[in-house]
Amino acid sequence: MYEGPVQDLIDELGRLPGIGPKSAQRIAFHLLAAEPADVDRLQETLQKVKEGVVFCEICGNVSEQATCRICQDTRRDPKLVCVVEEPKDVLAVERTREFRGRYHVLGGALDPLSGVGPDQLRIRDLVTRIGTDGVTEVIIATDPNTEGEATATYLVRLLQDFPGLSVTRLASGLPMGGDLEFADELTLGRALSGRRSV
Amino acid sequence: MSLYRDSAVVLRVHKLGEADRIITLLTRRHGKVRAVAKGVRRTTSRFGARLEPFCHVDVQLYTGRTLDVITQVQTLDAFGGGIVDDYQRYTSACAVLETVDRIVTEEGEPVLRLYLLAVGALRALSGRERDPSLVLDAFVLRAMSFAGWEPALAECARCGQAGPHEAFSIAAGGAVCAGCRPAGSVRPAPQTLPLLEALLHGDWDATTAATEPVRREGSGLVAAHLQWHMERQLRSLPLVERRESWHRIPEFLRERAAELDGSELAGAPAPQEN
Repeated sequence: MYEGPVQDLIDELGRLPGIGPKSAQRIAFHLLAAEPADVDRLQETLQKVKEGVVFCEICGNVSEQATCRICQDTRRDPKLVCVVEEPKDVLAVERTREFRGRYHVLGGALDPLSGVGPDQLRIRDLVTRIGTDGVTEVIIATDPNTEGEATATYLVRLLQDFPGLSVTRLASGLPMGGDLEFADELTLGRALSGRRSV
Repeated sequence: MSLYRDSAVVLRVHKLGEADRIITLLTRRHGKVRAVAKGVRRTTSRFGARLEPFCHVDVQLYTGRTLDVITQVQTLDAFGGGIVDDYQRYTSACAVLETVDRIVTEEGEPVLRLYLLAVGALRALSGRERDPSLVLDAFVLRAMSFAGWEPALAECARCGQAGPHEAFSIAAGGAVCAGCRPAGSVRPAPQTLPLLEALLHGDWDATTAATEPVRREGSGLVAAHLQWHMERQLRSLPLVERRESWHRIPEFLRERAAELDGSELAGAPAPQEN
């Protein structure tokens, strides 16, 4: 145990995800040895993040203003909405540079084991948005795991009868750089059912 | 390093570090085991979708210092495919997994009967032959019976007098006779307790005749009995969808969408009542 503030800092850092006691100690001593200006900058950034960052009132993505940069961009197609689980998924889709529509962040996936049901996600906001903004296509890009699939199924059942709306799901199949013999039955089954002519 | 192999049902998964997961398994011979699956969240992971909840797998592990480590996995039954396609089945299957996780408190203690029961329940849910709500109730009743908390249905829970009895008391542990009936007992419909008895003993033919209100009352009693003995609320139980119903889309939004689209609502089926 170290004295007072140093131990407090180690304890606080140790509460962050992926930081164990040894890493927390290393970071604490790095900060102790760092220039005061560097520590001030870090402190300011942390404060700005907590005070200045809000969730976009249209899509739910992290934003500095009431509506995010993507929702303000008039060059983006407002009729095309990609539904993702978390703000970090927006970044993942953006990196492809293929998508020119807008997003809707649900804030998680349906996970009854963690107590997350439809009312805990921004599904109601999505339905209102589709009903009032003239959205014509919804692309469901939830994670390809059990919770993500269940969320996608739920959304498809909810939205399939909406007039003038097409609902699509990201394709799934074999990843590049893998071996067919190691592919699991579920993935291989999906790759087979979603095969395309070349 | 000691290696062992077992068949198991995946109960829960938790994220660990950058790309790993802690997988909670209910194994056939080693009871509940918590193990690390390294790199499973990467898209090129050799485990693929085999370590998702509801999967029934043949797994090889080596004993670690705190947690065991999964080295190989092969699918025995991919129940997930048949379950996640239907929200009602998905929520029921989640409640099955949570019940197992909560009933088995000791890790490493073999619980063969519960393992077989869980595999059977997941198979029934993914097979789509029976009402998922009834499958869940039957599973909970039998799992409680295995844990030593079987509700008394045919006789009085207090004095053992043969039934049928009219009152049911959660605190007393089942049906109670007129003489033993404590305050706060409920009086279920006459068909409800026979339904629960049929579910407990697997008499599926007798369950088909039960009406929707009777089934719902039975589910309520089963859930209350489970939560009373678990002492803490199960997270998934309030989210279980008991009927094939969907969150209703407000009519004004459907009309607004039709106006924006310029098309008619004709042909689009009306949403069911929630």
